[in-house]
Order: sequence, then C-alpha cells, then structure tokens
Amino acid sequence: VAIGVEHYLVLSSILFVIGTIGVITRRNIIIVLMSIELMLNSANLAFVAFSKVLGDMTGHVFMIMSITFAAAEVAVGLALVVSVYTHRESLNIDILKMLKG
Amino acid sequence: VLVWVILAPLLGALINGLVFASGFWKRVIGGDEHTEKRIVSFLGCGVIFISAILSSILFLSLLELAPSDRRIVQELYLWIPSGDFSVSIEFLFDPLSCVMALVVTWIGFLIHVYSIGYMHEDRSYSRYFTYLNLFIFFMLVLVLGNNFPLLFVGWEGVGLASYLLIGFWYEDYEKARAGKKAFIVNRIGDFGFIIGIFLIFYVFGSTNFSDVFSKALDPAFIRVIPGALITVIALLLFVGAVGKSAQFPLYVWLPDAMAGPTPVSALIHAATMVTAGAYMMARCSAFYTQSPTAQIVVVSIAAFTALLAASMAITQNDIKKVLAYSTISQLGYMFMAIGVGAYAAGLFHLVTHAFFKALLFLGAGSVIHSLAGEQDIRKMGGLRRYIPLTSYTFLVGTLAIAGIPFLSGFFSKDEILGSLIERGFVIHWIIALITVCLTALYMIRLYILAFEGGTRVPVPIKGHIHESPYAMTIPLIILAILSIFGGYIGVPDFMGMAVGVPQSNIFEGFVAPSLYVVELSSSIHHILGHWSVTLLSIIAAVIGVAIAVYLYIVNPVSQQTLMRNNLISTVYRVSYAKWFVDEIYDSIIVKPFNSISIWAARFDLEIIDGAVNGISDVVILTASILRSAQTGILRFYAAAMAIGALAIIVYIVISAG
Repeated sequence: VAIGVEHYLVLSSILFVIGTIGVITRRNIIIVLMSIELMLNSANLAFVAFSKVLGDMTGHVFMIMSITFAAAEVAVGLALVVSVYTHRESLNIDILKMLKG
Repeated sequence: VLVWVILAPLLGALINGLVFASGFWKRVIGGDEHTEKRIVSFLGCGVIFISAILSSILFLSLLELAPSDRRIVQELYLWIPSGDFSVSIEFLFDPLSCVMALVVTWIGFLIHVYSIGYMHEDRSYSRYFTYLNLFIFFMLVLVLGNNFPLLFVGWEGVGLASYLLIGFWYEDYEKARAGKKAFIVNRIGDFGFIIGIFLIFYVFGSTNFSDVFSKALDPAFIRVIPGALITVIALLLFVGAVGKSAQFPLYVWLPDAMAGPTPVSALIHAATMVTAGAYMMARCSAFYTQSPTAQIVVVSIAAFTALLAASMAITQNDIKKVLAYSTISQLGYMFMAIGVGAYAAGLFHLVTHAFFKALLFLGAGSVIHSLAGEQDIRKMGGLRRYIPLTSYTFLVGTLAIAGIPFLSGFFSKDEILGSLIERGFVIHWIIALITVCLTALYMIRLYILAFEGGTRVPVPIKGHIHESPYAMTIPLIILAILSIFGGYIGVPDFMGMAVGVPQSNIFEGFVAPSLYVVELSSSIHHILGHWSVTLLSIIAAVIGVAIAVYLYIVNPVSQQTLMRNNLISTVYRVSYAKWFVDEIYDSIIVKPFNSISIWAARFDLEIIDGAVNGISDVVILTASILRSAQTGILRFYAAAMAIGALAIIVYIVISAG
C-alpha cells in the first residue's frame, strides 16, 4: 500500500484527538502537559506532510519553530508544576481554581 | 513708573503672604513674632507709601501737560490675542484715574498706618496686611486699567479682597456668613456688568476705553446702531455699579460687611471700593450722557437709596451700622450727580466723602478699640472726657458729612444739589434735601450718644478707657484736616468770591478732559438762584442738627413723649427693623430659592442617580448570570475550547459543502 498524504493526516488527527481527550479527562498536571505535547506534535506531522506534498519548505520551517517553542514551553511548564507542587503538595489540576469568577 | 504704582502693593502682598502669613518665617526660618510684626508693618505700609508717592509724581507730571494731552498710557503686553478680540495689559493715567489713584493710595496709606495700632493684638497680623495690600493692588488695577476686561479683573479682585477681609475673623460663623453674603450679592450685579461688557464688544468691536468712547461719541456710528443699545449697555453697567456701590436693591451686603475689622470698613466699605461703581460710570460718561432713559433710572434709584438708607441710619444702635447706612446714603448722592450728568460733582463728593467717611470709621474704630470691642452706642456716652482727640476729630467728620458750611462735605453736597435743580430734577432735589436733614440728624445723634452727656459705659470697662496709640490718632488728625480743607479744591463758581478762594472749582477743571458732558443750553433757567439753593440746604442741615440736639441734649424726656405717639413709634420700629428689607428678600428670594434647590437635589438623587445606578444594576445582574460559566476548572475550559473549535469547523464544512 502506497503511503499517501491521507495516511499522515489520519494519524495526525488520531494523535490530536487523543491529546485533546487527555487534556480534558486527566487530572494529573504532568499528564495534561504530555497530552498538550501530543497535540503539538500531531500538528507538526500535518505541517510536514503538507510541506512534502506541496513541495514547499514553509511547512518545515513552521515545524522546526514549533518544536523550539514546545521545548521552551515544557521547560516553563515543568518549572510551574514543581512550584505548584511545593505550594499545594498535590498535582491535581482541579484544585487550581483561584481564578473562578 | 505707572506700572510700579500697581506692582508695589502686589509685591507687598506676595512677600507678606508667602513669607509671613504662610508661616514660613515662623516655622522654617524660626523668626520671632515681634520681629515679624515689625517687618510686616514696615513692608505693608511701605509699599503703599511707594505707590502713593509714585502716583503723586505722575499727578505732577500730568499737571505739566496741556489739559487736553493729559493722558499717560503704558502697555505691558498683549494679554488675550484672539482674532478680532484682543486685550492688552495696559494702564491709563488720565485726570479721572489720577483722582482715584491718589485717593486710593493716600487714604489707603493712612489706613494701613492706622491698622498697625488697631490690629496690633491680632494673631493673624500678617494675613491681615497681605489681604490689605492685595486689595490696594486690585483697586489700582480697577482704576488704572485701560480697557473693560482689565477693569473687570480689578472689579472682581476687590470683591475677593473684600470677601476675605469681611470674613477675616472666620472662626465666627456670623462673620464668615457676612463675607459670603457680600460676595454673593455682588455676583448678581457682576452678572449684569459682564453682559454689559460683552455687549460693548459686540457693538463697538473693541473693549479699549478710547476706541469704545470715540466710537460712542461719533454721530455717524451712533446713527447706524439701534437706538436703544446705548441705553441697554448703560443700564447693564449700572447693574454692576448697583452691586459694587451698594445701591437699592443690592445694598444689603454693606451693613453686614461691618463684620470685618474697622479699618477695613473704612478703606473698602467707605472710602474706596464702594466708589468703584461711581468711577466706572464716570468713565462711561459717553454712554450715560447720551441716554436720558438710563439717566432717569440712575438718578431715581440713587435718590431712593439715599433717602431709604438715611431713614434706616436714624434708629440704629451699632456705631458701625449707622456709618454703614450713612455710606449707602452718601453713595446715593454720588449716583444722583452722575445720573444727571454732573460727573465732576459726583467725583468731588467721592473725594470729600473718602476723607470724612474714612475719618468717621477710623474714629469709630478708635472708640471700639478703647472700649475693648464695644460697638453699641447705648453703652457709650460721655467719651469726650476720656478720649478727647478721637471725639474732636469725630466731631469734625460729623459736621463735614452733615453739610455744615465751609467744611468739605458742604461744598460737594451743595454742588450735587445745585446740579439736580439746574437740570430740572426738582422731585429728586427735594428728596436729596430731606436726606440732608436726616443725615445731619442721625450723625449728630450718633455723636451725642457716643461722646456727650453722662457715661453709660459699664463699670468694669470704664477704668480701662484709654486714648488710642499714635499710629491711630495721627491718621485721624490728618483726615480731620483734609475733611476741613479738602472741600476748597472744588468750591462752586458762584461761591468762589464769598469764601475767598481765588480760583474756584479747580477740581472740575482738572477732571473735565476725562468726562463727556453736555453743556446746558441757556434756555434752562434756574428755578431758584444759586444762593437760595445753598441756603435751603444749609437750613435743612441746621434743622437736622437742631432736632438731634433738642432730642438728645436739651430735652431727653421728649423722646418718650414722641414714642407715645402711635405713628412715630411705628415709623421708629419700621426704621429700626431696616424696613424689613432683609426679611422680604429672605422670604421672596432666599426661601423659594432654597426650596427649588431642595427639589433639584431630590431630582439629582432620585432620577439622575437612579438612572446611573439602574444601568450599573443591569450590568451586575447580567454579569452574575454569565459568571457561572467561569468555573476555574481548567479541564472545563479545555473542553469548551475543543467543542467550540469543532463547532466552527463543522460550520465551515457545512457552509462550504
């Protein structure tokens, strides 16, 4: 079976939905962060796939930038997680609702 | 030089105010109070002395010029350049403003010196001199300004200084209230005045005195503007003068203004500020002379005021209140003269009145000072033995204002009465004649009750009665001399030979170039001769004196006999209650105004505030519903975003497909 752009897109969508469900359903902050990474990577996959099909390097550039930002985001995100844990002694995301209206 | 006449008092006010009254001297430099008082007195009087000397120098240099060239104009800078409307800070020294400046600075200087003695004990000594210097500054701006806006600046400035000084002892609620009353009543007059100024600019396209008056006197220009405009302008300006110069119906602030320190009453509410209206109308003689309607209004209101105030003065028991009503009545004389077009006579009375009324007020101040604050003449009597100098100078002032021959008041009053009858205002002349009689009556009554007969001073105060310090008595003596001889600068023509003055009516000749007067046509003959008019006014004055002497010295029992007569006792009570004018104003103006205010406040609170609060209530209600969406649970937000994004995609797909 020849691997076409459709396969990449289906894989990307599956990864994105898994990530979304992870963000919505899991309570552990670390898992939520991981799910977000999954969503980002699904998007990167779609970028690269289209880039390849259309023969345009712009998609690659976006993907590389996105990975860079994701690295920074993870660094800040994990630092926040550590800080939250030292204050609250819990990683449950539902206790962080001080900004409730 | 001209500018320094005005700036010197301002400098005095600034230094006194910023260095001493602000407490900088005491707290920051750490100077003691004794030195402070010495510096403040020296500075306060010194700056006025400088401006008095400078205005005298200017007066002498004015005399060297030919009568028609007697104008010194100094422009400082363009103040408001705005299209067609441009106003300069520009001062004018011509015979009219010269007379005013000399009166203001010299009388002002004497009163400053007097204040050193009078206010010596006061703890706000430097604040007092700050206000006093500030007043002189604004008064000089008023009389020397060369356009209407600058005149108005001075006009409002003296109002401010007057307010500050009436309420000088502001801890006393009644006194602070009197200051407020003066300010608010004056506001009513100023409203008319400022509309008058707008109208002048609208009609003449300028506010500069020489531009406006040269156009107003140009027959070609007058012909093209509506005839009633000049009358309207004249009447609006008169409304301003009615407020500032305490004429009926806006005179009610002046008696209350006596709450201020007595030298203030002498300076502001007798000698200078209240005459600003007369000065302004003399300056605008070009309008009044051309409007017979305005003239009749002015002269009628003035005559009514003179009589009304004199009738109130007769029964008052407060020494300063008597003098206050007397001031209103004398201002009535000035306005009568101005109303009939005899501006020089009005200004002449302004000058002599400044002499003798300042003298009387300062004399009253000296009495109050020696009696430790007592103002009720029923608790005086026989003071001549204790404070002879004050009582003799007071007697001079009394005789001068009563119109006793050959003192200053006699000549000026006679000229006004003469000009009334010369121009055919017979009814007004009769009213003025009655007022002469009443003036003599109430002034002699005041003198007798305060200084003659047995003493009614309570025993505890009696031992302390003392003559005032030199700082107070020397100004009294100088003013007494001026009250006696001041009239000889303006002896009427026909009397010149009789009183042995070689050149009669110097004063009128001097101010004439500033005034616009229509020469009387020869067809108007005197109904009575000059001398018989004079004789009648002397007789009126003598009748007044005689009644007072009879009632209060010869036969005091007759007072009770008179009071038993129903009519006389009713008149007495009405006069004592000041014709209930304050009560009438209270019930027809103040009370309705208050109830309107209460309704307006209610409208504001319930309808306007209600609308504003209603809008905010709606916002709060909406927000409280929408707020429930913001749970604070992050997973909920993520789900919402995901569903939202999905919905958008679905929508796009459906609408595209």
